Amino acid sequence: MNAPAPLALAQAEDCAPVLKERGQREVFCGLTGIIWLHRKMQDAFFLVVGSRTCAHLLQSAAGVMIFAEPRFATAIMEERDLAGLADANEELDRIVDQLLARRPEIKTLFLVGSCPSEVTKLERAKAATRLGAKHAPQVRILNYSGSGIETTFTEGEDACLASLVPVMPTLAGDAPKNLIIVGSLPDIVEDQFRRLFAELGIANVASLPERAVADLPGIGSNSSFLLAQPFLGDTAQALEERGARRLEALFPFGVEGTTSWLYAAAQEFEVDERHFDDVVRPYRERATTALAHHRERLQGRSIFFMPDSQLEVPLARFLANELGMTLTEVGTPYLHRTHMVQELAALPAGVMLSEGQDVDRQLDRVRATKPDLTVCGLGLANPLEAEGRSTKWAIELVFSPIHGFDQAGDLAELFARPLRRRDVLRV
Amino acid sequence: MQLSVWTYEGPPHVGAMRVATAMEGVHYLLHSPQGDTYADLLFTMIERKAKRPPVTYTTFQARDLGKDTSQLFQTAALDIVGRFKPDAMIVGASCTAELIQDDPAGLIENMGLPIPVIPLELPSYQRKEHWGAAETFYQIVRHLADKDRRPSDKATRRPLVNLLGPTALGFRHRDDIAEITGLLGNLSIDVNVTAPLGAAVADIAKLGEADFNIVLYPETGDLAADYLKRTFGQPAVRTVPIGVGATQDFIREVAELAGVDSEPMLREGLSRMSWWSRSIDSNYLTGKRVFIFGDATHAVAAARIASEELGFKVVGLGCYNREYARDIRAAAKLYGVEPLITDDHLAVEQAIQDAQPELVLGTQMERHIAKRFAIPCTVISSPVHVQDFPARFSPQMGFEGANVIFDSWVHPLVMGLEEHLLTMFRDDFEFHDAAGASHLGHQILPDTGRGTSVTAGGVPSASSNAGVTTLVPLHHPADGSPPRAGEELWSPEAEAELKKIPFFVRGKARKNTELFAAERGVATIELATLYEAKAHYAR
Ligand code: SF4
Repeated sequence: MNAPAPLALAQAEDCAPVLKERGQREVFCGLTGIIWLHRKMQDAFFLVVGSRTCAHLLQSAAGVMIFAEPRFATAIMEERDLAGLADANEELDRIVDQLLARRPEIKTLFLVGSCPSEVTKLERAKAATRLGAKHAPQVRILNYSGSGIETTFTEGEDACLASLVPVMPTLAGDAPKNLIIVGSLPDIVEDQFRRLFAELGIANVASLPERAVADLPGIGSNSSFLLAQPFLGDTAQALEERGARRLEALFPFGVEGTTSWLYAAAQEFEVDERHFDDVVRPYRERATTALAHHRERLQGRSIFFMPDSQLEVPLARFLANELGMTLTEVGTPYLHRTHMVQELAALPAGVMLSEGQDVDRQLDRVRATKPDLTVCGLGLANPLEAEGRSTKWAIELVFSPIHGFDQAGDLAELFARPLRRRDVLRV
Repeated sequence: MQLSVWTYEGPPHVGAMRVATAMEGVHYLLHSPQGDTYADLLFTMIERKAKRPPVTYTTFQARDLGKDTSQLFQTAALDIVGRFKPDAMIVGASCTAELIQDDPAGLIENMGLPIPVIPLELPSYQRKEHWGAAETFYQIVRHLADKDRRPSDKATRRPLVNLLGPTALGFRHRDDIAEITGLLGNLSIDVNVTAPLGAAVADIAKLGEADFNIVLYPETGDLAADYLKRTFGQPAVRTVPIGVGATQDFIREVAELAGVDSEPMLREGLSRMSWWSRSIDSNYLTGKRVFIFGDATHAVAAARIASEELGFKVVGLGCYNREYARDIRAAAKLYGVEPLITDDHLAVEQAIQDAQPELVLGTQMERHIAKRFAIPCTVISSPVHVQDFPARFSPQMGFEGANVIFDSWVHPLVMGLEEHLLTMFRDDFEFHDAAGASHLGHQILPDTGRGTSVTAGGVPSASSNAGVTTLVPLHHPADGSPPRAGEELWSPEAEAELKKIPFFVRGKARKNTELFAAERGVATIELATLYEAKAHYAR
């Protein structure tokens, strides 16, 4: 094979005009990220300072998946906190004490802001400093906002990881080069990538986040990083501000994306081209075989992405280029142009992109264009199914291992399953 | 502030959604940020509703604050009228919008919309879901019930009633309404309006035409029923027909108000449940220890059924909705237990652990608690999950409801003779208590504390993830293994003997024995201590 051709990096114009919408949105807020983040970082606890709504959101989005005692909770604000009858800071301190006494194994506590805490200007950062001083060195207190007025769904992870960047250890200017994989990945995927990098001869690899916050990777001017997720704008900026360099690549979905992503690292670490080819060839072949099973079902079928996680553009590129699907509309809550340069260039020409949302108008377009498959949130899936449209829950794409060569087949299967089901049912 | 992991009730605007979603032609404009749209999935996923809830969220963002939010609200109102053409609109604020004080009521009033608009005041930082539903339903009735309607001439028609309280996302509301409507039909009573569930704006207008009201779900229907009594003089039946006895009481009360004869129906044999419970096979149900928690209405009803109709012993009774705590207190007194009024599921977990029941009747929260303790459990009250919206007809109310209750409460228990065989032959490799009730499939639950694979201390986690940290390790697993510190309390012989006691009473036996030993200052529990305690606590 050939190394992936560097895609048109300096493309001046969009591949197609982007429809920008501002209307009613049907997406989760950033608090939702806690549902996977609290499983990823096993020494961390997430305390949302919010309302009963925030607590209810977390519980509804989590559903029955994690009824084991979770490492998150909500400090529910009450009338007396708002009316100034109780000093909100004192209340928060009391709750944190109570929590830390109950869960002595917590090493890092994230204070997570919500709409109510942000609107009432509860001083989250100050509270974190105050509580941090009180509970050091046993517990480190960090903070970020996952509020719905500031963050959409996966942007909560972005805010969380960005809050970790300032506490990453500083590496000396002459430290050897290191690579940081940025974005929380399922453990199995993370391990696969680590093995691949080792095979390529890139030894100095760490992740943000690691499975324990205590093991945060070091960062310095010899650090470079690969974004494993497309929604990490603030985190990338914070890493760059600390001197690390972002490696430009497609996101690691499918054969094409994963190859490009690994290749970017290989170049940075001066891996021999031939060695690179030799290492990735068996993985590429394996993944290609796995995809072939699904191509037959997906080829020529059309797909419509409602905005949800910012994964839409890379996934659309994968489905179009590797499985032959037709893109009816690719909606994304936010289009990070700098991080998407290669992805946008790799999309088929003339794809309809939309940014933001006006849910009712978008549903009108779904009904008018009649895609074979609509990727949408949990609130919309059954109503669309009842209208006779096949759907794929977008949230599953965030909760399942879908990155890398060995998950490419599983990723295709996620899209193929609803269509297969429609074909087999006679009821 | 209140530290909370799982909540029994959502915020009050979710209650309002339950009312709007239940009705026809009513749209809800909710001033709220985007994340609040999660509430749609409660209806489309958990209840499998085929339609989106009729709710428009303004989804304002940080950049809108202080300038555009009220504009967004008004634009959304116009869009609703144009797109959905509802017959009426309810408007209100979620927790965040309440803080920015846009005054939805004032904003909407000035717009002169062509449909009735009902402003809601649902204080998010004080009240919760059930109250929100009750208040919303009351406001809808207050605004839309036509005050000139009155019952027509009684001589020309059958008695006419309204059924009040059923909502979307209610526990078995769909089937309860069908069951009760059928039962009333057999009494020659007609239903004028059922509301909110299935009611259109025109139905609400004619509420006044009924002779009286039946409040099936007090938590959501009481406020409206009070209003209707004040305004139309309609009496209200508040006996909730869950269980055989309560259904009979209900029939008598309704028949008397309607002026019909209930005797033929009451004579008819009524429910299979009565015979199923009296049949010899059910003997083993006698004195089973049952812990009950839920909304007050369902919990009180369950306690009566458990005690009077199945011969169980109620060892715990509580509710999460304080508004109805009085009912729970009265019932708790009747059964000689401490009432548990709390919305903290950790407190409920502790109470279940202390009571060592053989069966838990509760909400989805208690289902998970019971699962961790490996105690059989049946769900009797919301909040419930997707599996508690069954495809089949499965009411809780009326005589068929009593049949359903018999089946669903008894099913998780080990059956009559099997219980004896388990006790007699402890060491049979496949017919032992670690295998669970045989009709539920011989499934050995790893680390559930049942039978041979006993883990000492700590609550066995429901997750397979080894990295999961469980709660403070002060819980005894269901079999009553001691906490680590107390291990030397039991002599090996006594410990071995304890394991021969069936799992569903083992925890109780351990607790009683330890209490017995502690009271008498016994340092080590020997075989004899175990049997002395057994004799002491013999019931
Ligand atoms: S949108 Fe805001 S108020 Fe709603 S759940 Fe998210 S953080 Fe809480």
